Amino acid sequence: MDYIIIIISAIFVNNIVLNQFLGVCPFIGVSSKVETSAGMAGAVTFVMVIATIVTYLLQKYVLNVFGIAFMQTITFILVIASLVQLVEIILKKVSPTLYQALGIFLPLITTNCAVLGVAILAVQKDYNLIESVIYAISNAVGFGLALIVFAGLREHMDLVNIPKGMKGVPIAFLVAGLLALAFMGFAGLV
Amino acid sequence: MNHWKNFNKGFFKENAVFVLFLGLCPTLGVTTSAINGLGMGLATTFVLVMSNLVVSVVKSQIPDKVRIPSFIVIIASFVTMVELLMQAYVPALFEQLGLFIPLIVVNCLVLGRAEAFASKNNVVTSVIDGFGMGFGFAMALTILGGVREILGSGTIFGFDLHMFPLDADGNPITMIVFVLAPGAFIALGYLIVLINKINNKSVK
Repeated sequence: MDYIIIIISAIFVNNIVLNQFLGVCPFIGVSSKVETSAGMAGAVTFVMVIATIVTYLLQKYVLNVFGIAFMQTITFILVIASLVQLVEIILKKVSPTLYQALGIFLPLITTNCAVLGVAILAVQKDYNLIESVIYAISNAVGFGLALIVFAGLREHMDLVNIPKGMKGVPIAFLVAGLLALAFMGFAGLV
Repeated sequence: MNHWKNFNKGFFKENAVFVLFLGLCPTLGVTTSAINGLGMGLATTFVLVMSNLVVSVVKSQIPDKVRIPSFIVIIASFVTMVELLMQAYVPALFEQLGLFIPLIVVNCLVLGRAEAFASKNNVVTSVIDGFGMGFGFAMALTILGGVREILGSGTIFGFDLHMFPLDADGNPITMIVFVLAPGAFIALGYLIVLINKINNKSVK
């Protein structure tokens, strides 16, 4: 039951993009087409889950044991940066097709605050390993959901006659605001 | 490029938030009030100036291939410093900003300036660039925070403006949506339109 609450709360109620404002840069930057958004969502899911597992273990068995929790930021970002590189190299060897699909998004993920944010949040919320993994997966799904829905809306927006000054990013923000408003409807769910 | 031009480009022409759309996560996440926006902006400015300074000093020492990881470590060190300093001296603000302080590390603005500017320019211009872009970022966050605070809570920097009617219990009836998540997106969208308008006018 706890797991279901974590899942629903992370995907809908506290959606990582629309409610917690993590990963807004790719949300605005790469969401002009549904296909690219799906690729980005896949890459983020991949890295976020692995990063959360590794940082969880590091926090528990290295940082806490040696009493150097203040090194959290530096350690986590290094882990994420090297993980992204590692994932890139492995994917290139093991599955060239997947690499083709996700490749260009991988370097961007290092500076996606959603990945670091989820890793830190999982530690702050005192989850155990299974809960952390579920939390990471649900947040990644929430990110993908927001990104793909938003990309769908933006594809339609290309066909609409919008006032000149509002074209492009400003209207994207307004639509994101309405989407966030819609997601607020989930607030009472958990 | 003279120093003054280098400094003031960060405010309007190349404003990080309104024109380049960098560092959007803290921009939207912390600006529920003007003071939070200002605090976040100044913390980011500190990291930006210091990382620009260090990167421009050591740039010839760093091999090209490990450039980005090295920059990230430099930035992360200064972020940790800011984190510890804020925890010690402004604990209330530290609580409010919460997760977004460690997330300065992944603020694309900081890494972007290190990579695009400080690794190619000398120390003085890099530091000036850091101050310019940082203050521009702080200005953007303060404006956005101010707009959201005025509309959402009827106050500015904590001073009551008495601009909203009171309900039966004596509480002001404000546009609460502006301090919630959707208001951040909507307010920023309209501010970008406004800044575009100003920038277009000054070009003509």
